[in-house]
Amino acid sequence: MAKARTLFDKIWEDHLIDVQDDGTCLIYIDRQLIHEITSAQAFDGLRASNRRARRPEANICVPDHNVPTTPGRGGTDEIDDDESRIQLEVLEKNAKEFGLPYIPINDINQGIVHVIGPEQGFTQPGVTLVCGDSHTATHGAFGALAFGVGTSEVEHVLATQTLIQRPAKNMRITVNGSLPLGCTAKDLILAIIGKIGTAGGTGHVIEYAGPAIEELSMEGRMTVCNMTIEAGARAGLVAPDEKTFEYLKGRPQSPKGAQWEQAVEYWRTLPSDPGATYDEEVVLDVTEIVPQVTWGTSPQDEIGIDGVVPDPKNESDPLRRASMERSLEYMGLKAGTPMREIAVDKVFIGSCTNSRIEDMRAAAAVAKGRRVASSVYAMVVPGSGHVKAQAEEEGLDKIFIEAGFDWREPGCSMCLAMNGDMLLPKERSASTSNRNFEGRQGPGGRTHLVSPPMAAAAAIAGHLTDVREIIKD
Amino acid sequence: MEKFDTLTGVAAPFPIVNCDTDKIIPARFLKTLTRTGLGKSLFDAMRYDPSTGEENPGFVLNRPAYRNAEILVAGENFGCGSSREHAPWALLDFGIRCVIAPSFADIFFNNSFKNGILLITLPKEQIESLMQDAENGANARLTIDLQKQEISRPDGSTVSFDVDPFKKHCLLNGLDDIGLTMQKAQKIDTFEGTQKSKTPWLYR
Repeated sequence: MAKARTLFDKIWEDHLIDVQDDGTCLIYIDRQLIHEITSAQAFDGLRASNRRARRPEANICVPDHNVPTTPGRGGTDEIDDDESRIQLEVLEKNAKEFGLPYIPINDINQGIVHVIGPEQGFTQPGVTLVCGDSHTATHGAFGALAFGVGTSEVEHVLATQTLIQRPAKNMRITVNGSLPLGCTAKDLILAIIGKIGTAGGTGHVIEYAGPAIEELSMEGRMTVCNMTIEAGARAGLVAPDEKTFEYLKGRPQSPKGAQWEQAVEYWRTLPSDPGATYDEEVVLDVTEIVPQVTWGTSPQDEIGIDGVVPDPKNESDPLRRASMERSLEYMGLKAGTPMREIAVDKVFIGSCTNSRIEDMRAAAAVAKGRRVASSVYAMVVPGSGHVKAQAEEEGLDKIFIEAGFDWREPGCSMCLAMNGDMLLPKERSASTSNRNFEGRQGPGGRTHLVSPPMAAAAAIAGHLTDVREIIKD
Repeated sequence: MEKFDTLTGVAAPFPIVNCDTDKIIPARFLKTLTRTGLGKSLFDAMRYDPSTGEENPGFVLNRPAYRNAEILVAGENFGCGSSREHAPWALLDFGIRCVIAPSFADIFFNNSFKNGILLITLPKEQIESLMQDAENGANARLTIDLQKQEISRPDGSTVSFDVDPFKKHCLLNGLDDIGLTMQKAQKIDTFEGTQKSKTPWLYR
């Protein structure tokens, strides 16, 4: 009988082209998403070597990282900042020159790469998908082997449709129980990162399994897989199931007709075989978790909202203790301070982690009939033109605007603060994004990572707070 | 890519754990269209006073002994976070050709080797010794011999290290990955032919 294989093993073996004597593998890459920040030098490389794109139609180019999110924004030519405008123009020019599909800034299909890939049906179970962005892990929610690459590898994929790799190790994280009221996929993944640490998944692909994962919507699974990189693993995976097929059916690039049936039949063979073995196994139960929030400058620095800022004195490793002390100094926090007393200046609801329709609905449910505190500026940035349109159809934009939130155009925005949406030095945010690194949301800015309902709750309270207290009123 | 065979240079101590690529090069410097010129923004938030833009004299790479450092001795999980290749580009543009640490993040690891930067992973105890060497200012010179997979310390003792044989081969010879892969074009064609019949919906 054939050896029991994991989902990762199956996708890997189905894409293996060559194995060298030294164990280095050449694997086929089915799909690539391309944005403006990590691609210009790759296209330059192709030009310098007189190479073409091997399969232009296997790519989608879209601007997201550096686009303005100002309501009613104009086209690329109306961007004031010269460097940003030129970067967007260069992406469009490169896409045209190499014959790659390109989505312009104000097209309804525009949005964050990791939101539009699934929306378009470009992301499918069993494919290998890369992008010059570490949050490419998101697409693993569909049972696709998806990971972030650097610009040299973007060029390598454009030229050859392959990558030189070594197989990753298999890790399975089984999540038991059921998420309690007030907790979301974001709280689940923050709890996982807190448990295994920011380097806990290095060298591995993480397969998420168990009842709590099966119960999640596709949006929730995307949030979980998205932050896999914050645990050090390049790729996260969830076995495709009926929810996956339901989500994909009828999408522009999903298979049609007889090919749909053929594809679903193949997709059903992908889940890990019973008895497949993993290099690492982690099990946790989320039934008792509380809404999560970060206190430091690494996503692993997380704690329940009912907790207090931890004390570095309790850390035995000297380098780690020094790192905690530095984090607290940067964050302007004192050990022992209750998390729910920390006042925020800005609230950001958006990013490839939490900008999908379900996130908009969850935040709007908290915002409805309430007011953003006068001391807070709060913004909602939908992940794509389609998310924005859907939210407006449901009246969510009105709920946000009436509550005092700014309702903006799609893009990466304040997640990485390239486009002018940013924190000022020492300003503090509650943010639904994925990284609380020093300077991530602006030089000197202080970030607390939370779920969309928790972010909306912080906007209303003016400080980090337990969303369960707000929704019970 | 520039070849890497041996390197003798000053090693700077950088005992920070989980140094992320946002710390190595913040996102606002990612508007560039080239691979060069990022060295001046390397470690921007630590290296310069944010209000005046003046150099922070206490930062290791601003201290006279380390201004020409070519090697970093760093803490665990160096290069975590964003996939930006601007991080190794900034290191290289500053003049760093080798980083030695207990562990590295996966994407940064690949990106560095593709730019001719050698990353050496060693157990924590050995990192502690090399960190002490690096604390010795301008005398903190290490010699890295990639062929022999050996680091020579100032006291004449040596530390051996492991390196992926394929990555070593590419570094020693300054080889371009794409050129190597294109030699396998026929295998790629064959793969596509098979895949097209097995999963035709992936081809339009």
